[in-house]
Amino acid sequence: MSLDLDMAEIHAIFFEESAEGVDVMESGLLNLTPETTDIETINNIFRAAHSMKGGAATFGFLDISGFTHGVETILDQMRSSQRDATEEVIEVLLASVDCIRDMLNAAQQQSEADKANIDSVQRRIDALLNNETAAVKAPVDVKKVTQSSSGALKAWKIHYAPDGNIFKTGNEPKRLLRELASMGEISVISTLSKDADFESMDPESCYTCWDIELRGEVEKDAILEVFEWVSNQSEVRIEALEVMAEHIVVPISESASVSETKVAAPKQLATQSAPKDSGSIRVSIDKIDMLLNLVGELVITQSMLARFGDRDTGGNDTQGLRDGLLVLERHTRELQESAMQIRMLPIGASFSRFKRLVRDMSTKLGKKVELQLSGENTELDKTVLEKMSDPLVHLVRNSLDHGIEMPADRIAAGKPETGILHLSAYHEGGNIVIKVSDDGAGLNQKKILEKAIERGIVAPGEVLSDDQINNLIFQPGFSTADKVSDLSGRGVGMDVVRRNIMDLGGRVDLQSTLGKGSTLKIRLPLTLAILDGQLVRVGDQVYIFSLLSIVETVLVSKGQISKVVGTGNVYRLREDYIPVIRLREAFDMASESLFSESEEKKGELLVVVESDGKKMGLFVDELLEQQQVVIKSLEENYLPVKGLAGATILGDGNVALIIDVPGLVHSMDMRQLEKTPQSSAA
Amino acid sequence: MSNEALQLSPSDMLHADTNQYLTFMLNGEEYGVEILRVQGIQGWDTVTPIPSSPRYVLGVMNLRGAIVPIIDLRKRFDMDSIEFGPTTVIIVVRVESTDKGRTIGMVVDAVSEVYRVDEQTVQAMPDFGGSVRADFIKGLSTVDDKMLILLDIDKLLTIKEVAAVAAA
Amino acid sequence: MASILAVDDSPSMRQLVSMTLRKAGHEVHSVEDGTDALSFAKENGVDVVLTDVHMPNMDGITLTSELRRLPSYRFTPILMLTTESASDMKMRGKEAGATGWIVKPFDAEALLRILDRVLEPKGE
Repeated sequence: MSLDLDMAEIHAIFFEESAEGVDVMESGLLNLTPETTDIETINNIFRAAHSMKGGAATFGFLDISGFTHGVETILDQMRSSQRDATEEVIEVLLASVDCIRDMLNAAQQQSEADKANIDSVQRRIDALLNNETAAVKAPVDVKKVTQSSSGALKAWKIHYAPDGNIFKTGNEPKRLLRELASMGEISVISTLSKDADFESMDPESCYTCWDIELRGEVEKDAILEVFEWVSNQSEVRIEALEVMAEHIVVPISESASVSETKVAAPKQLATQSAPKDSGSIRVSIDKIDMLLNLVGELVITQSMLARFGDRDTGGNDTQGLRDGLLVLERHTRELQESAMQIRMLPIGASFSRFKRLVRDMSTKLGKKVELQLSGENTELDKTVLEKMSDPLVHLVRNSLDHGIEMPADRIAAGKPETGILHLSAYHEGGNIVIKVSDDGAGLNQKKILEKAIERGIVAPGEVLSDDQINNLIFQPGFSTADKVSDLSGRGVGMDVVRRNIMDLGGRVDLQSTLGKGSTLKIRLPLTLAILDGQLVRVGDQVYIFSLLSIVETVLVSKGQISKVVGTGNVYRLREDYIPVIRLREAFDMASESLFSESEEKKGELLVVVESDGKKMGLFVDELLEQQQVVIKSLEENYLPVKGLAGATILGDGNVALIIDVPGLVHSMDMRQLEKTPQSSAA
Repeated sequence: MSNEALQLSPSDMLHADTNQYLTFMLNGEEYGVEILRVQGIQGWDTVTPIPSSPRYVLGVMNLRGAIVPIIDLRKRFDMDSIEFGPTTVIIVVRVESTDKGRTIGMVVDAVSEVYRVDEQTVQAMPDFGGSVRADFIKGLSTVDDKMLILLDIDKLLTIKEVAAVAAA
Repeated sequence: MASILAVDDSPSMRQLVSMTLRKAGHEVHSVEDGTDALSFAKENGVDVVLTDVHMPNMDGITLTSELRRLPSYRFTPILMLTTESASDMKMRGKEAGATGWIVKPFDAEALLRILDRVLEPKGE
């Protein structure tokens, strides 16, 4: 049985499930077209809206429940075929989904929703509802008018003759009587109903009717409330015994007796628990079962190994011990993988969000675009997935805006009118690859180069490879769009996209052919907690590089390093000069190393790393093995240290430090900027 | 453990001013650290040096899966270093600073005893003038005619100092 | 107190209902749709069933009529706890054999009051 949670936690669950509900609505709506009205799809959308309305009302987010009500009504009409899924209806519903999402966010963050937009969408909903279906009753939340209770003693005469089947609905007349008794003083006369025939009596049916006199401070509607549910199946007559000053006629409102609610003070709750995203995750039972199985296996292995401690084997059973340890090793690894799996979510949910973006943007731009998705089931670490969201949006916008051409241009270029934007995800090596490709115009290298020269990013006359030119778009402040587009030119450049991807330990490559299209290939680590590491030795210490950051390793003889005044050492790597440093100097560990052992050898090992499109070299003494390492924080008990991304524990229990390549590259960059306004070496 | 804390009887409360101290030896003197702060005692093992760190931070060590910085207390107190011997141990303590709690290890010559110290008998440290140690000392106490130097370990790893180094 | 089967496809609603009822001393089993509820009900007896109407797989009304077919559930109170307030739905609920209809949003007090109404006091 699950533990009870407090209100704040239940709120958090509500926000989480509502976010999912909004996604369900949106993706369902995107699958709807006027031609195809799949009832199951509409049902799904309806259920999501319905649950959200109920939850929002219960948790006191009345603006959301009120707004959702209209949406629900439209959907209800659609599923009962009273309304067609016209383009307009779908459009309004999609706009509503945005509003609901906005209001949910606002409620969670305690910020303001876009009131103007919500109102305008609300008006569109109202228009839809009023226009075609005057018959459909307007909302809602019928707040009952509370009578001013006079508190005067009243007396009522009640006749109650239940339907014979009353017991079969679980309604026990005795309970009703008990309830009436709780309201005041009652006297009851029970009689057999007229049609009771002892010959044919069904023991499970009711043949009794009651005449009740009730005296007390009771209003008529309170009595009606008692009979509310059984009233259709029963004959209920209520008469005032004494003449009342006012005669109250209360219709049995269809929003039932208990619809009135005391809202559980949401504001107060919200303040005591700041609605922070606690970062919860929904895990499929399969993954948890897998984990439990492995833990079970581990326990068995443990007991198997424990035998070796229990008895003195006289050193004869080392083979058994070794076998046990091998099994333990395997289980431990599987357990680790399995535990990591918990953080993994399929990328599909992020992908399907693009259906909307593509639809909206292509309409706005007047372009025809078909979105193709593949590899939706590829799983990514939750954090990576979240942090990739913005960069991906930017890339997709870019493709739509600058990549895919207008229909006329495409036809003129001999291409199909409809452009294709393909989002795909797959595993490659130990990485996840996400590709954004389009069959659009491709990058115009001539134009890029002109722009780069104009911006002073590239010196006039400099010769660059195609790849280098393409990668110029990742330079800060670079934009090829002739005019800043409303859609993608929002001040976030490709440099930011690249930086975000770098921050996740990934890299991005661009391939483009003029007239044929562009492909952006993003490579990401499977998870942030684990790194594919290259272990290196420097002096007597082991350091770890992320394999992704390593471009190559070269053996460098002493003469190939030149000193550039004010810059430090540089090495000529093909046509580039790259700054090089000795790790032990960078880490101020010179005192630890009495001599440079590699000086005695033929050459020194230089690991060339790259970040943000910039390369640098780091001298190490030896390349050790490659292995996956679990990243541990240095800040937890110490402090962040410049040049280090964290630490890990090696197989022998010792700690090895993980090099922060982007950080080092960046600091090299800074140093060059400070000391040499112009790199004379290049 | 927490249950015991909850079950403190009123008479125990009267003794709330007594604290237990774990004592250890450093350069021939006996120091005490509140036992509630001590998370464990651990033999000397290899540490991994951390670049850009103050010289008294020997490096980091793996303590049950956590990366924990190890402080050489002799270096911290500007005492002469000695070669680590068989009695050299690392006392793992929890220190609180303004931003958060941290677990750190401190290397000492040897562990000694556990004493109960009445906080009211603790005297302020006489001002020796400019001694590095004065900052880290809460006071002096006498137990069994021996002088105990009670440490204020929260200042051993002061953020300002370390941050300045890290940013250098 | 009573043992209650709470059926709702919304996790937050399940938690809220469970919390409310447990605080009042009831024993709560919660499941997320009619299908799960039916199989739970077949295996275990409960005093009251509290169910949502719109749910995937099996809705609350179908659940109610299915339960009514089980001999041990012929007289068990079945309450609908739902946002649905359309009268035709209520009629369908009644026909299926529902004991009561509670419209969300609900507050704890009202829910408990209604439960008390349908629960037999012990020893009576």
